[in-house]
Amino acid sequence: MVGIIGYGAYVPRHRIRVEEIAKVWGADAPSYKRGLMLEEKTVPAPDQDTITISVEATKNALKRANINPAEIGCVYIGSESHPYAVKPSGTTLAEVIGATPDVHCADFEFACKAGSEGMFVAYGLVKAGLVKYGLAVGADTSQGAPGDALEYAAAAGGAAFLFGTERVIATIDETFSYMTDTPDFWRREYQHYPQHAGRFTGDPSYFKHVTGSANGIMEKAGMTPQDFNYVICHQPNGKFPQRVGKMLGFTREQIEPGWLSPILGNTYSGSSPMGLASTLDIAKPGDRILMVSYGSGSGSDSFVLTVTDQIDQVRDLAPHVRAQLAANKNYIDYGTYAKFRHKILKAE
Amino acid sequence: MSTSAKLKREMPQRYRMEAGKCTTCGYIAFPPRSICPECQAREFDTVILPDEGTILTHTVIRVAPSQFTDEAPYAIAIIELGEGARVLCQLVDCDLEQIAIGDPVKIEFRRIQAEGKSGVLFYGYKAVPA
Repeated sequence: MVGIIGYGAYVPRHRIRVEEIAKVWGADAPSYKRGLMLEEKTVPAPDQDTITISVEATKNALKRANINPAEIGCVYIGSESHPYAVKPSGTTLAEVIGATPDVHCADFEFACKAGSEGMFVAYGLVKAGLVKYGLAVGADTSQGAPGDALEYAAAAGGAAFLFGTERVIATIDETFSYMTDTPDFWRREYQHYPQHAGRFTGDPSYFKHVTGSANGIMEKAGMTPQDFNYVICHQPNGKFPQRVGKMLGFTREQIEPGWLSPILGNTYSGSSPMGLASTLDIAKPGDRILMVSYGSGSGSDSFVLTVTDQIDQVRDLAPHVRAQLAANKNYIDYGTYAKFRHKILKAE
Repeated sequence: MSTSAKLKREMPQRYRMEAGKCTTCGYIAFPPRSICPECQAREFDTVILPDEGTILTHTVIRVAPSQFTDEAPYAIAIIELGEGARVLCQLVDCDLEQIAIGDPVKIEFRRIQAEGKSGVLFYGYKAVPA
């Protein structure tokens, strides 16, 4: 039996409301809130980045897994905001948790599905018997250009998953990937902010790949939406995961526990992994979960999971995602946000 | 000394909060020492400090060293972590007017400083309100 033996998430404390961003750019906040189904988003503190978020999420995963970190055989961080262009984020994470030096380490990139890529590979290595435990993290301090629609959603956060074969809390029953070359969102080298292809990011990109991956895995597993208790799809805003869930035949009740984007924003590589963590926070033994990531460029990874009795033993050993979202919020104005996100360039 | 070498050498305490516990008298040395200041013994066990504690004392830095000017004003505090272990670190994500001695805090992994725009990044521990 191979699956998740520990999971954890981390949510920064700073928040900015849609109204605060819209006020600066002369935009109509109610139409953004209604159109994108967004209320507010997380903002990383100036001393937080993909590495620090990955460390805190992993510490929470380790509290639930209760394993010796030295036995972790692979450490992967998926992100599109790695602090270094050249030097891995994962080495710092591995050093902090005490997994070095006998460990395989790599950083993954694939827009917003870099986190699920790491999960895919870590799970595969455990299943192949090449490592005892595998660690995969999806985390980002997402970039969105000032005034761009992305700025209302680009948030910060992450989730970590430990894979193993003993004391499994959710088995991985099936995996599936669906990928084509689709230039819907990109960031060129040396550019601060990503660009996107407007409405092309919708039907030919997000919806095509998420439905392609979800339908593919359900066909492979011989399952239908009615066989699942919960579904998590990538959340670039509040609207897309609701719409794609409905297109696939899922109900609002199946989507709701992992639907975080209205109050979290889009944590890019952390998005669907955080939705999965939030769903595991409330799932019961025997529940079936479908997770579908999406990364521009474009591709979707899908996982079918079944929750085991072990979930009740570990669920409360680390903070729940929604509890973190609700606790210690600090609302900031746009000026502070611009400073925190280095949107203001100072003289040398 | 190269900053990379310094960063690497300090990783055990900055990354994992590894302390030395005197095998003779139990004194916790953080950062680790070669000789116990209490009993002069030279044998230490490596222990990991807990990530929760309370504020023993604190102050607010308003005129900061050059590499921290963008962060000013900011708080630094001595945190009591139990068994006599204390750490000096920044206290972040907090209202500077609301900090009080005895408040519970949690230790989090944060970026400490960056060596200019192109140098190495220093990471370590800071405290946040629990």
